Amino acid sequence: MVDSTIVLNGQTIAYSIYAVVIILLIAWFGYKITKTGKAGVLKTRLFTALVIFLIVLGVSLHITTNLTIPWVSIDLNRDNITPDEVINISVANHKFILPEEKLSVKAGEIVLFDVTSEDLTYGFGVFRQNGSMVCQMQVVPGHRNDLMWEFETPGIYTIRSTEYSGPKGHQMILPDVLEVTE
Amino acid sequence: MTYKETLINGTKGLFKPDGLTPMQKMALRFVVVGVLFYGLTAIEGMIMRMYQIEPIAGMNSKHFFAIMTAHPLVGIFGSSYLTVFGAFLFLVPFLMKKPLWSIKLGNWSFILITFGTLTFWFSGFITHYAPLYTLYWPLPADFTQFNPVGGAIFILGIAIVMVGTIFFVINIFKTIAYTPEGHEKVSGRAMLASATGFSWKESIFRRKSKRRDNLVSLPVAAVARGTVDTLLNAGIITFTGVLILVYMVAAIFGYNLQDTAVDALLYKNWFWWGLDLIADGLVLIFVAGTWYLLAQLITGKDLYMARIARLALWVELVVSWTVWSHHLLADQAQPAILKIVSGEFVTAFELITQGLAFFIVLVTLWSARPLKMTNPLKFLLGGLLGFGLAVPAGIIQADIGLNRILHNTQWIIGPHVHVAILVGLVMTLYSAVYYLDWQFRPELFKRISV
Repeated sequence: MVDSTIVLNGQTIAYSIYAVVIILLIAWFGYKITKTGKAGVLKTRLFTALVIFLIVLGVSLHITTNLTIPWVSIDLNRDNITPDEVINISVANHKFILPEEKLSVKAGEIVLFDVTSEDLTYGFGVFRQNGSMVCQMQVVPGHRNDLMWEFETPGIYTIRSTEYSGPKGHQMILPDVLEVTE
Repeated sequence: MTYKETLINGTKGLFKPDGLTPMQKMALRFVVVGVLFYGLTAIEGMIMRMYQIEPIAGMNSKHFFAIMTAHPLVGIFGSSYLTVFGAFLFLVPFLMKKPLWSIKLGNWSFILITFGTLTFWFSGFITHYAPLYTLYWPLPADFTQFNPVGGAIFILGIAIVMVGTIFFVINIFKTIAYTPEGHEKVSGRAMLASATGFSWKESIFRRKSKRRDNLVSLPVAAVARGTVDTLLNAGIITFTGVLILVYMVAAIFGYNLQDTAVDALLYKNWFWWGLDLIADGLVLIFVAGTWYLLAQLITGKDLYMARIARLALWVELVVSWTVWSHHLLADQAQPAILKIVSGEFVTAFELITQGLAFFIVLVTLWSARPLKMTNPLKFLLGGLLGFGLAVPAGIIQADIGLNRILHNTQWIIGPHVHVAILVGLVMTLYSAVYYLDWQFRPELFKRISV
């Protein structure tokens, strides 16, 4: 499975290019409409083509990502996949309770984080050393919160809550608690 | 003239409050206080940014999160609601060439929304009640972190805002439906059906020769359709407030109600269904309608593809009722079918409806070139750019794969939320504010009659 950094960087580049294009388009448009020229109206056929383009774009974006981002199929089929390792974590009173002091998983193996909340709605996120996020899910009390993930890159990772749970919530950080080995 | 004199008396002393009509006074109250709340929101935002870089002396984390809770609510209700409601309470009767159903009720909307906003703001400031605007259950009723009295006052403030909002809804629908004395009697039901879009089949699928005319203009239809979402949202927020209030009142009187009595995921679905009626409903519909109005005012021409624009507003209304699940893509207990259908594919329709509005406005402007680059036109282009940037950013987040690595990051609050509001919504509103002297320039509106 690819590291989520690759997807994140690809998405950042794609959106940045789009942002520059749309800013330039509006700037060009603002300049051109102040100038004398042919004030033609878009033909109905072209307008229809635009509508079809927008529909295809909107729908194909999700089909493309669902087929190409590897963790989507794992996530949607996780009930039918047997994980290589299951890590049960509970959260209560703004504290993560881990099965062991330090967690260790192997790169390339499928791990299932099964997190339960005893009181509030929390988040569960895995973070790299540089502070960027690998993956996350919500931790809702009274429900099963299971995140299946395959780590690509060995290293040391941090677990922290990614959902606001009151002023105490920002302290919910377990630094360097997860090691991914070769 | 000094700055103070200009502020009080207007440029070159042209502001003559004694000569204003009750309608103008009411609209100005809404807009001026809305802009003041916008200033408060902007200051709060800058304080929070500074605090995140380096903690500010005398301000602890509890106060920080109290600001973070009040900040979006002051921005939405205190600023955006007041400005939009003031403009629409003026615009709808003006376009329909009849008086507002009740100026008194309009003024009460203003008073209640202003007072309610100040109430929840002060409650947050003093008691630090801070469950954040998402109010995820059972956090708002977590009395180990929050004072129930402070929370009850906070919720009361929100409830007062909602009462003011419902008054606005009544006033808008009544104004559309009623027939003033001396006017030819028109069916109120037919007017409302035309305005909200439930008679849309009449103009889309019938043969051209048999099509009936729309009873209200496109901008009025946009206001009416956005107001439907405003009503539904007010109902959800009010019900939620009452629910939370029950727990708070019980705690104040020493009773501890089981906080697990409400299913957290069901509550989350319920809450996001209602809250999304603002972000993915009334904001988009109101903004599109305002763009259409501005495009016609600036160009003096009919809107390009006006019938399609009217249909797109109706589609946007229906879509806004079915997209809430994109806020629950990171909730593993949420059914996958809801994530895919509601969270991804129906949400993608916002790209289509907003994209259509974007291009319809651009084509209308293009058809009237050369145009003078006036302030309204500048702000309109800014508003279009804001949503041109923010809507695709939201669609990217509303994707199962990307949500896993973007949810609750700066991505959504930066490129999506703040660009949509600060660039898209605010610039659109500022463009509209330039036409506040509507009543003195009726010639501008001749083309926007039915």
